[in-house]
Amino acid sequence: MGVRYIGAEVQRMEDPRLITGHGRYVDDITMQGMLHAAFLRASQAHAKIRSIDTSRAAALPGVHRVFTLADFAPEYQKPMNQLYPAPVIEQNKTQYPLAKDEVCYVGEAVAVVVADSRAIAEDALALIDVDYETLPAVVNIMTALEDGAPLAHADTSSNLMGRMRSKFGDIDDAFAKADHVFSADFMQHRGGCHSMETRGVIARDDPWGEGLSLWTSAQSPYLIRRALATWLGEPEERVRVVAPDVGGGFGPKAGFYPEEIVIPLVARALGRPVKWIEDRREHFVATTTQRDQHWHLEVACTSEGKMLGLRGTVTHENGAYIPYGILLPNSSLMPLPGAYSIPAVDVGVDIVFTNTVPNSPVRGAGRPCGIYAVERMVQTVSRELGIPPEEVRRRNYVRPDQMPYKTGATLRGGAPLVYDSGDYEALLDKALDLADFAAFKERQAAARKEGRYLGIGISSCIEDTGMGPYEGTTVRVESSGKVAVRTGAASQGQGHHTMIAMIVAENLGVSPEDILFESADTGKFPHGVGTIGSRVAANVGPSAFDASTKVREKALRLAAEVLEASEADLDIENGVVRVNGAPDLSVTLGELAVKLSPASALRVPEGFDPLLEATSYDGSSGSPIACGSNVAEVEVDPGTGEVRVLRYSVAHDCGVMINPMIVHGQIVGGVIHGIGNALFERMIYDDQGQPLTTNYGEYLLPLASEMPRVDVTHMETPSPLNSLGVKGAGEGGTIPAAPAVVAAIENALEEFNVVIDYYPVDPQYLCELIDKGAAQAAE
Amino acid sequence: MKSAPFTYHDPGTVDEAIALLGQHEDAKLLAGGQSLMPMLNMRFVVPDHVVDLNGVAGLAGITDTGDALEIGAMTRQRDLMRDAAVGAKAPIIPEALEFVGHFQTRNRGTIGGSLCHLDPAAEQPCLMAVYDAVLTVQGPDGTREVPFAEWPLAYMIPSIGPDELLTKVRVPNWAAGHGYGFAEFARRHGDFAIVSAAALLEVSGGTISRAAIAIGGADVRPIRLEEAEAALVGQAANAESFKAAGEMARKIDAISDAYVSSAYRQRLAATMVERALAKAGSRAGGSA
Amino acid sequence: MADTRDIEVTVNGQRHSATVETRTSLGDFLRQGLGMTGTHMGCEHGVCGACTVLLDGEAVRSCLMLAVQANGHEVTTIEGLADADGTLSPLQKAFWENYGLQCGFCTPGMLTSLTAFLKENPDPSEREVREAISGNICRCTGYQGIVDAALSAAKTMREV
Repeated sequence: MGVRYIGAEVQRMEDPRLITGHGRYVDDITMQGMLHAAFLRASQAHAKIRSIDTSRAAALPGVHRVFTLADFAPEYQKPMNQLYPAPVIEQNKTQYPLAKDEVCYVGEAVAVVVADSRAIAEDALALIDVDYETLPAVVNIMTALEDGAPLAHADTSSNLMGRMRSKFGDIDDAFAKADHVFSADFMQHRGGCHSMETRGVIARDDPWGEGLSLWTSAQSPYLIRRALATWLGEPEERVRVVAPDVGGGFGPKAGFYPEEIVIPLVARALGRPVKWIEDRREHFVATTTQRDQHWHLEVACTSEGKMLGLRGTVTHENGAYIPYGILLPNSSLMPLPGAYSIPAVDVGVDIVFTNTVPNSPVRGAGRPCGIYAVERMVQTVSRELGIPPEEVRRRNYVRPDQMPYKTGATLRGGAPLVYDSGDYEALLDKALDLADFAAFKERQAAARKEGRYLGIGISSCIEDTGMGPYEGTTVRVESSGKVAVRTGAASQGQGHHTMIAMIVAENLGVSPEDILFESADTGKFPHGVGTIGSRVAANVGPSAFDASTKVREKALRLAAEVLEASEADLDIENGVVRVNGAPDLSVTLGELAVKLSPASALRVPEGFDPLLEATSYDGSSGSPIACGSNVAEVEVDPGTGEVRVLRYSVAHDCGVMINPMIVHGQIVGGVIHGIGNALFERMIYDDQGQPLTTNYGEYLLPLASEMPRVDVTHMETPSPLNSLGVKGAGEGGTIPAAPAVVAAIENALEEFNVVIDYYPVDPQYLCELIDKGAAQAAE
Repeated sequence: MKSAPFTYHDPGTVDEAIALLGQHEDAKLLAGGQSLMPMLNMRFVVPDHVVDLNGVAGLAGITDTGDALEIGAMTRQRDLMRDAAVGAKAPIIPEALEFVGHFQTRNRGTIGGSLCHLDPAAEQPCLMAVYDAVLTVQGPDGTREVPFAEWPLAYMIPSIGPDELLTKVRVPNWAAGHGYGFAEFARRHGDFAIVSAAALLEVSGGTISRAAIAIGGADVRPIRLEEAEAALVGQAANAESFKAAGEMARKIDAISDAYVSSAYRQRLAATMVERALAKAGSRAGGSA
Repeated sequence: MADTRDIEVTVNGQRHSATVETRTSLGDFLRQGLGMTGTHMGCEHGVCGACTVLLDGEAVRSCLMLAVQANGHEVTTIEGLADADGTLSPLQKAFWENYGLQCGFCTPGMLTSLTAFLKENPDPSEREVREAISGNICRCTGYQGIVDAALSAAKTMREV
């Protein structure tokens, strides 16, 4: 075996380009004859369109054409496809690529201008006259299902999109035999993705040549290719979709958007490449977000705090249309009952339409919400029974001897959710050690003497990662000895190039610098699924490992013939196959590749297929379950309600770490995203459905100045479900963050009896709770 | 998010700038651009003409006249923060400017731009309020002086005509060794304050002889807490006095909006006034 | 007719003459006019900081300046931070070593801002670094790698 890379903190291969300004994001690509598009978007949350007059806009110098839906061919005047059909969808509402006669959220695309420059296109937008007839809008999920509530769509009879339920175990028995039943009601709000690069699309149509090509800032180029080809009624093979460098995704870029239909259609109509770059204000109103969930939960438990059952109802905001099927409500229920062996669960969700931007997963999807709900109930049991929160957790964890542990829930594909490995209590201990939990009470008391309020909060989570079906890899040694590695998986900054190069380099005996990595181009690799759900390492990892193993085996078999040696005596190092003990007997991988791809009239060696190449779709045989425990230590300023996270400790287990540095970055970044959810990020709409927080002064993303240093420690329990023992790491930081922070705030304000039923926790709300608690204490 | 087209002018003198304002109806002055440029990019403002003040001679600079600092309207925030005279005579200015945006925006942003934009939550108007600064405005008919108390006419509307230009502000010097404190609460570093407070104190023998307190962000314009100022004079510069002044701040009129209630603004005003005074008291070195 | 001006700007040491529409931002001019796409436009309203460049050595938002205002000035972008021979600046090197970036979109603004900041503050504390980059939003890293990179680069530069 050559140099070991797996497990090493290899510096990223991506970085030299990116730190010198040589990345290639969609907006960096220019083409001969390229035009620029801008969208006119609905200014009202719900309205009938009586008429659209584009004549003044079309007459503006520099404008090439203005399109409304009516300007498209009749076969294109239809709604978008439902990407994830599901029986529970009772009312299947997908949007038209441009609005037909009704708009259902502020930001819905109504018309598109194509001009010589983006500035001119925007000038023209101001000249389009739309005659709207305002309709009542529904915004509040808590009243959306009441009789007489305004309807999100004019042609429906209710705002109920569908209902689903996660039910297993004997729930009635659990509640019948419980010593205690406690309940809690709380709202959860998660914001948008706010990748620093907005979305963007370039389309070029070359009907006599390459066909239709799309460059788009996306997480799932293959999904877009299929959706677009299906919608157009054209073969997938004639549609190429490329995700170049992508400046962050976080979920909302994993879908298929109206602009990914409209830009190709207008490029085709004009016979010119057309670029559309979403601006930040559009991002707020036209890129999907996650938004509101209300939970009512009851927990049945014994006097010792052993939890027996969870039941309740959830109201989930869907937004105006259904871009992602039921993925979000489903992934909210699926993690129940978290890291705990609670035998019975019965929780239903009502999915409701509102006149707001359609909803989609954001980092973690529904998992942060489901885990937050479970952890809230753990805190409730702890508070009500007076048992320390860490102790309640210890009494309820799924234990290693219970693995593999079937919770009773099912994964999206219908398979049972099975916890494959991990030691949750050991992880808690590691997190508590890292947080110096034992000495916290001293820190708290010392601070209190200075008038400062410190609190500590714990949360534990599981995360189903690495969902299938596969994410394939092709490894091919070329004549130069360089190794071309191709996969479908798109990167939005996760470091796939580095991670995959490490696996291939180690396995094949080459240097990572000799790997030529390409991904996320449907023209270069036949199929891929998408970078979602912490799935790439557990899918591409094994396929890269398997493909490079096959190439290695083929190279050694051929080298044995060439060198007249036994395969067992051969080794590959730095791209050269050598005979052990005979260092001058060698052949390079490049030379072997040439033998397998000979010039005309020559022969491929007998017993070999052409090319020193292999493709694999090996992945994980199920969902590897990552797990973690987090400890947040906060200070609350009762004078202002400000919460500062002073210290944040993570113990995480994502199995074998291919590159610990990359894992560390995923965890830390994920935690900060979760703290943003807990304390800052709030997308506010008024009761007419007008979004109020549409710039970065109003929508508060976490900044370096408020965020803590995050301390991370790991356990590496190999997953038995794939060849590398890996589990996903992309969302494990985000999922447990909000419950830890919220529990810490409550702990800090224990003397005011503060119980938080909403996040993000804003300081005004906290002051109200503090004042209420102080007044009660004074009575 | 591209600005609508406009005609750009870059005058070299104040007179030229004023003449341009007289010639063109819908003209906007471009100072540091840290507020105007976002509004142009978002097309919240669509002027026919933009008059750029960055090339106008004589509008930037700081002069210590002995009894006051005269600050040119185009003086950039970073230059105020770096200026030795400002640091010595009005140290509350650099302290408060730390809260203004970020160092990249302070490299462009000007004091005059902020005073004309007049966001009620901005720090620089609050500073001018606490100092009773006097603003010099120049128009076709010459110059006039406006005490800061008369500068805001309404929410974000300063007392300046369409053909006038703010040229400088005069910040009266307080006694050497005076106490000063600026406190604000914003959700994040660099955000506009929800509520800010600026406090100046002169203390002799532990007793307050002069006090000024301004609150930003609570109302549609920065306000002075005159009642509390008067009450403080003659009091000991101690925590009890400062707490009492904070409680007076709780009674101010405060606005509410989609994000923040008036009650919360009042609560913050109490906290910020108390904290600003506590800082000022400790720096005056006269606290009991 | 569009209102235009002829300008001369020195970018990364090289003089450029161009005719610009006066409404064009400096950032758009660098990207579209000069094809220097290393500077990224993240919000175009002056908050995210991705478009930060150095104007005569001082960090400024290129979305909050008109291109015409750069006439006669020197601009440094991310493309100009390494030496002419490609040697990375200590800060760039530290970003690479400390995992100071993931998607790379905020990186140009982080590098330009910190280049200016470290010049004035050669020995900053972690808190000072965090405040210095509070005007630069990163959604990927949680800032930790960036802070570590800045502190490490400062140390390297002090030792030179």
